[in-house]
Amino acid sequence: MADAVSSQGALKLAGPPRELERVPLVLNQRPMGWISDKIAGIAEGKTPRWWWIAFAISFSVMSMMAGMIGYLISTGVGVWGLHNTVGWAWDITNFVFWIGIGHAGTLISAILFLLRQKWRTSINRAAEAMTLFAVVCAGIFPVVHTGRVWFALYPGYLIPFPNANSIWPQFRSPLLWDVFAVSTYGTVSLLFWYVGLVPDLATMRDRATTKMRKFLYGLFALGWTGSNRHWSNYEKAYLLLAGLSTPLVLSVHSVVSFDFAVSQVPGWHTTIFPPYFVAGAIFSGFGMVLTLLIPLRSVCGLHDVITIRHVELMCKVILATGSIVGYAYGMEFFIAWYGGNPYELYAFKNRAFGPYWWAYWTMISCNVISPQLFWFKWCRTHVVFVFIVSIFVNIGMWFERFVIIVTSLHRDYLPSSWGMFYPTYVDVLTFVGSFGLFMTLFLLFMRFLPVIAIAEVKGVTPQADPHHALGGAKGHH
Amino acid sequence: MPETNTPYALIAEFETAADIMNAAVRVRDAGFRRWDVHTPYPVHGMDDAMGLQNSKVGWFTFFGGMTGFTTGMSMIWWMNKWDYPVVVGGKPLFSPMFAFPVSYELTILLASFGTLFGMLFLNRLPKLYNPLLKSRTFARFSNDRFFITIQCDDPKYSSTETRKLLEDSGGRQIHFVED
Repeated sequence: MADAVSSQGALKLAGPPRELERVPLVLNQRPMGWISDKIAGIAEGKTPRWWWIAFAISFSVMSMMAGMIGYLISTGVGVWGLHNTVGWAWDITNFVFWIGIGHAGTLISAILFLLRQKWRTSINRAAEAMTLFAVVCAGIFPVVHTGRVWFALYPGYLIPFPNANSIWPQFRSPLLWDVFAVSTYGTVSLLFWYVGLVPDLATMRDRATTKMRKFLYGLFALGWTGSNRHWSNYEKAYLLLAGLSTPLVLSVHSVVSFDFAVSQVPGWHTTIFPPYFVAGAIFSGFGMVLTLLIPLRSVCGLHDVITIRHVELMCKVILATGSIVGYAYGMEFFIAWYGGNPYELYAFKNRAFGPYWWAYWTMISCNVISPQLFWFKWCRTHVVFVFIVSIFVNIGMWFERFVIIVTSLHRDYLPSSWGMFYPTYVDVLTFVGSFGLFMTLFLLFMRFLPVIAIAEVKGVTPQADPHHALGGAKGHH
Repeated sequence: MPETNTPYALIAEFETAADIMNAAVRVRDAGFRRWDVHTPYPVHGMDDAMGLQNSKVGWFTFFGGMTGFTTGMSMIWWMNKWDYPVVVGGKPLFSPMFAFPVSYELTILLASFGTLFGMLFLNRLPKLYNPLLKSRTFARFSNDRFFITIQCDDPKYSSTETRKLLEDSGGRQIHFVED
C-alpha cells in the first residue's frame, strides 16, 4: 500500500517550489524492504573475491606491523630514529594523526545528531566504526613508544596504580589527562556504536539463515523486538549519549593538544592549540570518511543511500574546517611575531624556511589550498575528484602533526643540541602497518555488520512519517 | 496459526506508519495496559499515541555522571595530596583546576555507562527468550511491517472483543503466539 500511495503529482503540489525542493536522502523512493535487503545483504551471502584480496593485503600489512612492534619491544626504542633532541617523532605524529581521524565519526554521530542533520544517518555507522578502529591504531603508539611496555599497565603509568615505590601517577601532567581522555573516548564511542547497532542486529537476526548467525546476531541484539516502549527509552538514551559525546569529542583533541601546549617548547606553547587541533581533527576525519566511503559506495552499490548530496555536504564540512585550520596556521605566525618572543618567532621561521620547509609547504598545500577547491560545486560533486582531495587531506594532516612535533623539537633553545630527525625502516613500516590494522578491522566490520544504520535510514524516508502521504496519511495534503 | 491453551499475546500486522498510529490511539483509548507497538524504526509521535510517559533514562545518566565527577576529584585528591604527596614543579598538591580534565572524562564515562545500563534496565533487556519472536510474521517488524501486540493477561483482554478491535483498526494477519 505504501507504494500505491506514491502519487507523484499530489506530492509536488503540496511541497515547496521545484527549485527549493531538497534532494531526498534515499533516492528513487526506495521502500523499507529494499533498504533492509540492500544494506544487510552486504554482510550476507558469499564473500566476494575482492574482499578476500583486500583482506589478504591488509592482513599481511598488519602482520608486518606486529613484527615491527615485536622487534621494537624486544630490542628497545633505539630501533626508531629518535634521539635526545627529537624525542617524539613518528610515534606521537601517528598517535595524533589516528586519534584525529576518529573525530569525524563522533562529529557525525553526535554533533550532527544534536543539530538534527538527518543526512548523517547514511554515514554515521561506518564513520563510527572508523572512529573505533582509528582509536585502536592511535592507542598502540603511546603504549609502545615508552619502551618497556609491560610497565604500562603494571605498575601502571597508564592507569592509577602505585609504582614500586608506592608513588601514584601524578595528575598535574597532561600526559595522564590524555590517558583518561583517549580511553574514555574509545569506550564511549564503542557504547554509542553498539547502542546504534542493536536494532540493526535484530534485523540481521531475523534475516539469518543459519543457526550460528541467528544465535550470534540474536545474542548481541539482546532480544530487541522494536517495541515502542523500548524505542522510547532507546531514543532518550541515544540523545543523551549524543549529548555526552559532543563535549567528549571536543575535549579529547583539546587534551591531546595540551600534551604540547602545556609544555614550554617554542612552537608548542600556544593557547590556540585546543580549538585548532579540534578543527584539524574533524577536517582529517572527514577526509578519511570520504576516502573510505567513496569506494565502499561504488563497490557495494549504495548510490541511493550515500548520495552525491551526502558527498557534497561532507565536502562543505571539509571546506569549513580546512579554512579554520588555515586561519590557525596564519594566526600562529601572527602571534609568533606579535608576541615578541624571539624563540617563538625563530621556531616559526624555521618551520617555513628551515630544513623541514618541504614538510611545512606540503602541509599548507594539502590542508589550506586543496580544500578551497570545494567552493566550486563541480569539485564537490565529482566523486573521483573528491576522493583525490580526500587523500591530500589525509597526507596534509599527517604532515601537520609531523611539522608541529619535529620542527619544534629539532631546534629549541640551545643551538649546540640542535639536530635532524631521520626515520628508520622500523618507523616507516610501523606506520604503514597501522593502515593494515585499520583496513583489516574495517573489512571485518563491513563483512559482518550492517555498514549503514538500517533503522535510522528507514526513519528519514518519507514513508516513515505517519503524516506524509507515502506513510499512509490520508487527506492531510 | 491455531489457537493453543496458553496464548501469550494477540498480534496484528499493519502496513503503514499512519495505520499503526491510528490503531495505537484506538488501543490506548480502549484502556489496555499490557500491550505494545513494534516498528522497524522509532515512529515520531508514537509515544503520545500510546500515552507513554517521558523516559526516565536521564536519571541514570545524571547519577552516573555525578559518580564519575566525585570519583575523579576524590581519587586525585587522595592519591596526590593525601596518600603520597610529591611536589612536582612547585605546583600545588591538589587543585580542582588540574584535577578537572580527568574528572570531566570520568563524568562522561560513567554517565555513558549509566545511560546504557539504565536504558537496558528500563527495557528489561537483554531478554533471551521472547514468545513474540516465535512468529514468522512478526519477524518482519525489523524489516518493513508494523505490529500491535496485546498480551492475553491484560485485564481488558477478551478473546473476541480484542480481536474485533484490532480488525476494526485495520490490523491484518491477526494471530496468537503461545508462551
